Amino acid sequence: MSDCSAEMVEAVAESYAKKQSLTITGGGTKTNILGRAIDIANAPILNVSAHTGIVDYQPSELVLTARAGTTLSDITAALASEGQMLSFEPPLFDGRATLGGTLAGNLSGPARPWAGAIRDMVLGVQLINGKGELLNFGGQVMKNVAGYDVSRLQAGALGTLGVLSQISLKVLPKPEYSTTLCYQLNARDALEQMNIKSALPKPLSGACWVEGHMFLRLSGAADAVNQTAKLWGGGQLGDDAPVWRQLREMTHPFFHGNDALWRFSQRPTSPVQEQFGDTLIDWSGAQRWVRGEHPREALERAAEEAGGHVSLFRGGDRRSEVKHNASKLEQRLHQRLKYAFDPAGILNPGRMYSWM
Amino acid sequence: MNREPSTAAPPPSPQLRADLLQQLKAVLALDAIIEETESQRPFECDALTLYRELPLLVVLPETSEQVQQTLRICHALSVPVVARGAGTGLCAGAMPHPEGILLSLSKLNTIIEIDPLARTARVQPGVSNLSISEAAEIHGLFYAPDPSSQIACSIGGNVAENSGGVHCLKYGLTVHNILSLEVLTVEGEQLTIGSQGLDCPGFDLLALLTGSEGLLGVVTEVTVKLLPIPEVAKLIMAGFDTVDKAADAVGRIIDAGIIPAGLEMMDALAVQAAEDFVEAGYPREAAALLLCEVDGTHEEVEAHIARVTELFSDAQASSITVARNEAERALLWKGRKSAFPAIGRLAPDYYCMDGTIPRSQVARVLNEISRLGAEYDLRVANVFHAGDGNLHPLILFDASNPDDVRKAEEFGGKILELSVAVGGCITGEHGVGLEKMRQMPSQFSKAELLQLEEIKVAFDPMLLLNPGKGIPILKRCQEYRALPARHRHMQGQHHE
Repeated sequence: MSDCSAEMVEAVAESYAKKQSLTITGGGTKTNILGRAIDIANAPILNVSAHTGIVDYQPSELVLTARAGTTLSDITAALASEGQMLSFEPPLFDGRATLGGTLAGNLSGPARPWAGAIRDMVLGVQLINGKGELLNFGGQVMKNVAGYDVSRLQAGALGTLGVLSQISLKVLPKPEYSTTLCYQLNARDALEQMNIKSALPKPLSGACWVEGHMFLRLSGAADAVNQTAKLWGGGQLGDDAPVWRQLREMTHPFFHGNDALWRFSQRPTSPVQEQFGDTLIDWSGAQRWVRGEHPREALERAAEEAGGHVSLFRGGDRRSEVKHNASKLEQRLHQRLKYAFDPAGILNPGRMYSWM
Repeated sequence: MNREPSTAAPPPSPQLRADLLQQLKAVLALDAIIEETESQRPFECDALTLYRELPLLVVLPETSEQVQQTLRICHALSVPVVARGAGTGLCAGAMPHPEGILLSLSKLNTIIEIDPLARTARVQPGVSNLSISEAAEIHGLFYAPDPSSQIACSIGGNVAENSGGVHCLKYGLTVHNILSLEVLTVEGEQLTIGSQGLDCPGFDLLALLTGSEGLLGVVTEVTVKLLPIPEVAKLIMAGFDTVDKAADAVGRIIDAGIIPAGLEMMDALAVQAAEDFVEAGYPREAAALLLCEVDGTHEEVEAHIARVTELFSDAQASSITVARNEAERALLWKGRKSAFPAIGRLAPDYYCMDGTIPRSQVARVLNEISRLGAEYDLRVANVFHAGDGNLHPLILFDASNPDDVRKAEEFGGKILELSVAVGGCITGEHGVGLEKMRQMPSQFSKAELLQLEEIKVAFDPMLLLNPGKGIPILKRCQEYRALPARHRHMQGQHHE
């Protein structure tokens, strides 16, 4: 547990003065996923993984504040000792994932449709902008509308707007009880079932389909979970079905190998996109995964028809764009916003888009 | 009590007004432009009536195309634009600018589509918050954020302020309950932010725009998430003979792993005023009252009501009442939801503050507020979203007495600074608007305010959207002095 913010500020300020780009890393678990590949020969690494420690945790306030290099394993262990959790179920990636990287990547597990993402739980950040200024936005309280929501803006920004230094999050009690139901169904029927069940006032907390099986997870008060399980039938897999951890950590056999992995985020009721081969459906239909080489235009067209976006999550050509095509106006606003935080363009340049 | 119009600036040139009027008349219906002072009066303020101003023109477009054309015209002529929903805001965020147009979006009030299976509603910005839930009800769905003004307030205004409500501890704020926005930039270019899915590529502009108080763009359409209506909701009320005991009870509920749908606290003066007003059956002798609502499945609610009753008893509640039926539940809520008007009956005027504090500080803050009240010789009632720490002290005063007004404002400012000092913020849900500009430097350093200014400039380089509100403009003040006096609305004092 140590505070390295002074060194981090110094490193960024020095790079700003020299117009020297930086590659920001933490636990290194997302170097090859989410964003574009960066040539570190031109952008030396600023590693924040030594900047660690839970700075404040008040269980009855439901708020935890930690330095960005703190591992999620340390955080989830501290929370578990108080019967609490990170409700958005981020991947821990063998205990190496850090809080900062998790916010920068905005990765969520299977509870996402019900519990939100880290983007929904972040209450405040301390960050170092591209000029080397240490700034605080948001705070440690649940509601705060003073100034723009700079904290949530960091979610998914891949470190391109600032070096995250410290983060405050809303945390939640662990559910009293969970169980998983399993059904043998084709993808089409599963999608319909997931959406119908998501519209019912029952304690649903996970809904996925993979290889001919739909899994539904129920979480909450034990009586409520058991009554609903009885009502909905299906095979009962108990309170620790491995599928949820396999989705969260991306260790499910569907994700094995080094094939290009595409992630669709789209309308949960949109039809199965069979043209891209096998699919894994999560988030009650709002997230779909496909593998292999496909024409980019076809993928983007399919995603747009389904009211969403597609991105190249892992593998494939990471030198060209990995995110869904942005319009001219979107590009302009992104570039201006980037400039607002990082006028010299030194923080993770090219990590999100080639043009930024 | 009219605040002096913000500027001693010269009146806008008659030629500019004439050009603007001529161009707007070409794209808007004649009755969609209000020129006369008397007809503009209803638009001179929002629900914070301390601050009033008349605009150059009020315009009420009927379509998003007309909004777009209006923005293009204003942009070309460098005319400021202040967007307005229903005018229920509490921070003077929708107060007109004397050299600009007041852009009312109230005629864009159609619910375009409800998709019950995908659980979304696509609506225009002028649609009222409550009408979305009413329209979704036949599908067993509702829109969760429920500000006290939900009958009147518009969804566009909710997005601009990131509105909460009594149920946001469990269901979140506006930012957690919307999927996408159609936005017009200051130049009048159309942008879709978000999607029908949950995560989007690029920066989270949906989060940035939510709560941005009309400073970054104009919202012309909102897609909201709808949730299944809970099987059952039950309300439990408890009186306490000290504020400390009530605060302790709140902590016990959270520690027990229960997230109530709503958890509200009222102090003695608020309880008495509400009881006098609606006769809800509140314990008049209580120093603090808690209303705790739990919702969910029948089984879950039964279990939680039993547990909360036990916890209240452990926390030495002086009275505990569980609403036996829907009518009783509605009546108990009515007392809380009408607390503002009820307190309003106690004095000619009241001034509502909106700090958020860590829950652990509530007893300390209420004691300090009470001490300050004695110092300023002004009564104050407190209504508190106890679950999420959002405090609404209502300062009672007489607006016809200038000394009272000065004291009320100073007292209010002290409360906000106190909120920051105990680890909280100056506004939980009402927004900064014009009202809290002076407190921004107590929450943000100069470098932080400059960073906020850079964000503003990224979207609106000429500072035309709702100028003078939301964030102090420090760096560009001088450059724009030559232009109409856009930023002379109460500039904050900076500190390093």
